[in-house]
Amino acid sequence: MSQTVFKRWTKELTIVGGIIIFMVPLLGMSGKTYLTLTIAGLAMGMLLFLVASGVSIIFGLMDVLNFAHGALFAWGAYVGFSVFKLLRNWVEAPSVLENFGVFFVAILAAMVAVALLGVILERVLVRRVYGNHLFQILITFGATIVLVELIRVVWGPNDEVMAVPLTFQGHWDIFDVIIQRYRLICIIIGIILYAVIQLILKKTKLGTIVRAGVENREMVQAMGHNIFLLFTGVFAAGAGLAALGGLAMSIFSLQVYPDMGSTYLLFAFIVVIIGGLGSVTGSLVGALIVGLSYNYVAYLIPWAAAGVNILIMILILLIRPTGLFPAGK
Amino acid sequence: MAEEPGVNETILTVENTHTFIGHHHILQGLSFEAKADAVTVLIGRNGAGKSTALKTIIGLLPCSKGRILFANREIQKKRPYEIARLGIGFVPEDMGIFANLTVEENMRVAMLSENEETAKRLKRTLDMFPDLRNFWRAQAGILSGGQKQMLAIARAIVNDTALLLIDEPSKGLAPIIVEALIEAINQIKEHSVVVLVEQNFYMASAVGDHFYILDDGAVVHSGNMAELVDDDELKSRYLGI
Repeated sequence: MSQTVFKRWTKELTIVGGIIIFMVPLLGMSGKTYLTLTIAGLAMGMLLFLVASGVSIIFGLMDVLNFAHGALFAWGAYVGFSVFKLLRNWVEAPSVLENFGVFFVAILAAMVAVALLGVILERVLVRRVYGNHLFQILITFGATIVLVELIRVVWGPNDEVMAVPLTFQGHWDIFDVIIQRYRLICIIIGIILYAVIQLILKKTKLGTIVRAGVENREMVQAMGHNIFLLFTGVFAAGAGLAALGGLAMSIFSLQVYPDMGSTYLLFAFIVVIIGGLGSVTGSLVGALIVGLSYNYVAYLIPWAAAGVNILIMILILLIRPTGLFPAGK
Repeated sequence: MAEEPGVNETILTVENTHTFIGHHHILQGLSFEAKADAVTVLIGRNGAGKSTALKTIIGLLPCSKGRILFANREIQKKRPYEIARLGIGFVPEDMGIFANLTVEENMRVAMLSENEETAKRLKRTLDMFPDLRNFWRAQAGILSGGQKQMLAIARAIVNDTALLLIDEPSKGLAPIIVEALIEAINQIKEHSVVVLVEQNFYMASAVGDHFYILDDGAVVHSGNMAELVDDDELKSRYLGI
């Protein structure tokens, strides 16, 4: 009887259980601190989602372990950095319109440039190693070295300070709860991006074919769809998402540096392992879990902050080795 | 749009085809033909190369030697999606259902164009398999084995399919569902040429016009199905029945 009830309400019980776990930090801090950390965690989660969703889609459909995703992330940040430098007047203008204008130009430039880079990477290197994970790791790792060195050649080897559009700076203080403006922007971008990806995947024929390809690539081919063209498109889209993540994260961390991708690539893999490879919703949930738990633990037990996400990943792998969500969801 | 073949015209010719899976030499000079307005059945024991033959025709396995002609056009070097777009539908042994997609989404993925002709074919297909209409918005993963098989066949015939390759459709299905499939294939053969791989001799004989018995990746016997039905010695030797 109890087993049947548990099975019937598994989803609901999991959600309630998750909410209760994330309320536990309230025992060690004030409500205001908790809200501030929650917003910071959500923002961090959304930024990680931008990076992880690309990794997840590329692995889910193409079965490709793309270790060059971090380098593409860094390229996105640097292209955005150049746009901000070029349009400095818009960045520094006390105008919401001009600030958002330069932000969207930077997003567009970064996504298009890195998507093109992704197309070249897929056509020249990745296509040769489909079906062989070891070669994929080696070849994309090699590509990472080349791409990072190219950043050093084009932009120089030193860390650079990332400009922040004037409107994005500062914070709101609402009843002693600190809300950083840019964190709120990150949360909104993440929500919009998730909605757009879901809309494309669920409501368009192309998206349906991609979801079908995640489940059975051979069958999609046998139905008359050019899977290789689809692969190139998905790789380009994943690279574009990495670029958006890189740009957004560089504004968040106020800096760009050639190796910045490797740090966040580790987080991205943790996120997709928790959420489930090939699942966009899984990436979102995984990213939020990582973002929130990192912020709570960093406040309560600072030395354990880095390890908590590894611990969560191990627990998820033990309970549900395929991650929280099935591929294609 | 696939061309309409004439009666008795050969629509598919497999000539001395060789296929390897890894180091295993599976098809060892397979040759057979499929004629218009007929159902050609490939039969044989497990491991004889029947499924490999279909996968080689659709391009999912590379043909290392030999020729495959569809409507007098060589297709053995083409990619699977190019072959499918010529008008060849494929129903694999595991049905290849997209379990996380709805029945409707499975059909949409299969439809290469969405025009009036396709809409007509979709209606005809759903009339043939009314269960699919009832489960239109349901996840394909929850369908029964028989319904999944119907969906797999429906996806393959919703386009202008001149040649339909079906791999063991009766596998694991209840006799009543097998009867429904026999009826469906008899309807399909009015519009498409069918090449069927089948272990169930009852089904093979109920729908087949011509047969080829495969052994070790090559044809060891062929003829009209009516002759095989009456030849107990041949059935016993190659099919164990």
